[in-house]
Amino acid sequence: MADGRGTIRRRAGLRLWLAGGWLALLALAAILAPWIAPADPLAQDLLGGRLPPIWVRGADPQYLLGTDSLGRDVLSRILWGARIALIVAALAGTATALIGATLGLLAGFLRGWVDLLISRLIDIWMAFPPVLFSILLIAVTGPGLGPIILAIVVIDWTRFARVVRAEAMAQGAMDYVASARVAGRGRIGTMLREILPNVVPTIVVLLTLEMGISVIVEAILSFVNLSISTDQPTWGGMIAEGRTSIHQAWWVLVFPLIALFLTVLSFSQLGEGLKDRFDPVLR
Amino acid sequence: MRLIRQILLRMLTTAVTLIGVAVIVFVVIRVVPGNPIAMMLPPGATDEDVLRLTALYGLDKSLPQQFLIWAGGVLHGDFGTSITSRQPVLALVLDRLPATLELSIMALVIAVLIGGVVALTGTRSRDSGIEAAIDIGNGIALSIPDFLWGLILILLFGVLLPVFNISGRITPSLPLNFVTNFYLFESILRGRPDLWLDLISHMFLPSLALAIPLSAIIGQVLKQSLKETMHLDYVTLSRTKGYGENHVILREALPNAILPTLTLVGVQFTFLIGGTVIIERLFSYEGLGNLAIDAVINRDLPLIQGIVILFAVIFTAVNLVVDLLYAVLNPRLRHG
Repeated sequence: MADGRGTIRRRAGLRLWLAGGWLALLALAAILAPWIAPADPLAQDLLGGRLPPIWVRGADPQYLLGTDSLGRDVLSRILWGARIALIVAALAGTATALIGATLGLLAGFLRGWVDLLISRLIDIWMAFPPVLFSILLIAVTGPGLGPIILAIVVIDWTRFARVVRAEAMAQGAMDYVASARVAGRGRIGTMLREILPNVVPTIVVLLTLEMGISVIVEAILSFVNLSISTDQPTWGGMIAEGRTSIHQAWWVLVFPLIALFLTVLSFSQLGEGLKDRFDPVLR
Repeated sequence: MRLIRQILLRMLTTAVTLIGVAVIVFVVIRVVPGNPIAMMLPPGATDEDVLRLTALYGLDKSLPQQFLIWAGGVLHGDFGTSITSRQPVLALVLDRLPATLELSIMALVIAVLIGGVVALTGTRSRDSGIEAAIDIGNGIALSIPDFLWGLILILLFGVLLPVFNISGRITPSLPLNFVTNFYLFESILRGRPDLWLDLISHMFLPSLALAIPLSAIIGQVLKQSLKETMHLDYVTLSRTKGYGENHVILREALPNAILPTLTLVGVQFTFLIGGTVIIERLFSYEGLGNLAIDAVINRDLPLIQGIVILFAVIFTAVNLVVDLLYAVLNPRLRHG
């Protein structure tokens, strides 16, 4: 079986490098967007609407990936949209992880009524259709970056809470926890010093996956026109526009879709790759 | 006795969950800024009109009072009146429910078919290049959510190679003399291929988009438990009896490997139903999800409430059915 494991590790390694590479590239593009974007992402060119990408006949070399119906440069909008996508991914992912993992840790380690309360909440949350719930929350709070992050945290905390709770329970039953207690460590101390370090790998994996989910949620909300304000280019907004003009200008949909696809795939492959790395059996 | 107690306990937690959902939706949508009453009156309406209508919809009472009135109505099957269309919420919702159910079930069937074939192929050719390729394919199918699959399918089979419809549920020019709203089911029963072929042409891409992530999960889990079962003694025994590989996999290993997949499919099926909200929007499919998004945009409070509750009821019902199925199929639980 040694050979089999070797292949798995090599494949996992390649996967981590490809996923990490794309995300690093994207982060770089997002940071440098104001300098490398060939045009103003909001500048309209009403005479140059729906120009195809440069390798298609009838293109304008000024617009590498073509323009949308208002004559805005698709490439520049993708680069600026990467900013929103990555900001949402980082902030919403981290906030969700913090809140969800804390609740899961408390429920799994303290047990008793805390666990009962948190588990009931998780059950209730699991009975909500998540997309509808997020749309509802944004309708209540109004669009914007803050509300989107809030909506993601409110909806997705259960992803962390469920897993971390189970893991904390399993860890809490182990001998080393009992000996820490015997050695005189308090309950909260045991939770933070003994249990938490052992669930961190799981949290990191879930966080990576959550970042990908956040990017999608933002795109879905933009798609139903409920995301950031319309004068911020977002991938979801571009996709919504592209969907309506799909028969006249495929490139308005295709390029942001490719960016979204690769980003979501990379986050999840990064998460899966890390999971394998952390798994003692495969290591 | 133990079974009865478990069922009772289960029903109690289900009730708590549903009440919890109702309370949360109730509170969340009443924080909505913007007065829905003012929106439904024509310009030039007096303050008196606004007050009268506010009272009519019970919006002048305190929040707990409003909730109790609403909950009392729900127990009598009255979910209130939609603010935008002024029809009973229950009628509107039940009108759209069949469309969403048909879409979800079609997606489930597709997912089980693809996932099953993938798992069986993977088991048949285990430890080969084919299995490695299946694993990679599963990994990608799992990572990409239904929304993105929907967009990709629209591009591939709606635009690049336009073989399927990408918008609506049925071609409106067809004779739509349906008795029920289960269009697909009814047209198949009535033996009307002109209708059901058109329906399937509309439903195929959205249901495939919903099915792809689930089929990857089924493929992965079923393949894993098949592989584990293949090492068991009784499987080896049947192999020494001279049965072929296909017989061993299908007749001996599969019945025992199917149980872990079943529980998983249950939970995942609720995710799939939740996914119909955005997929219906993407494909302009006239189901519950599309109605829900319109209701949110129009601030139609009673309608939003009714739809979210209905989704919660469907989710808990699916989980209940899966648990019962599991108990029935698992001999160890039956006699425990």
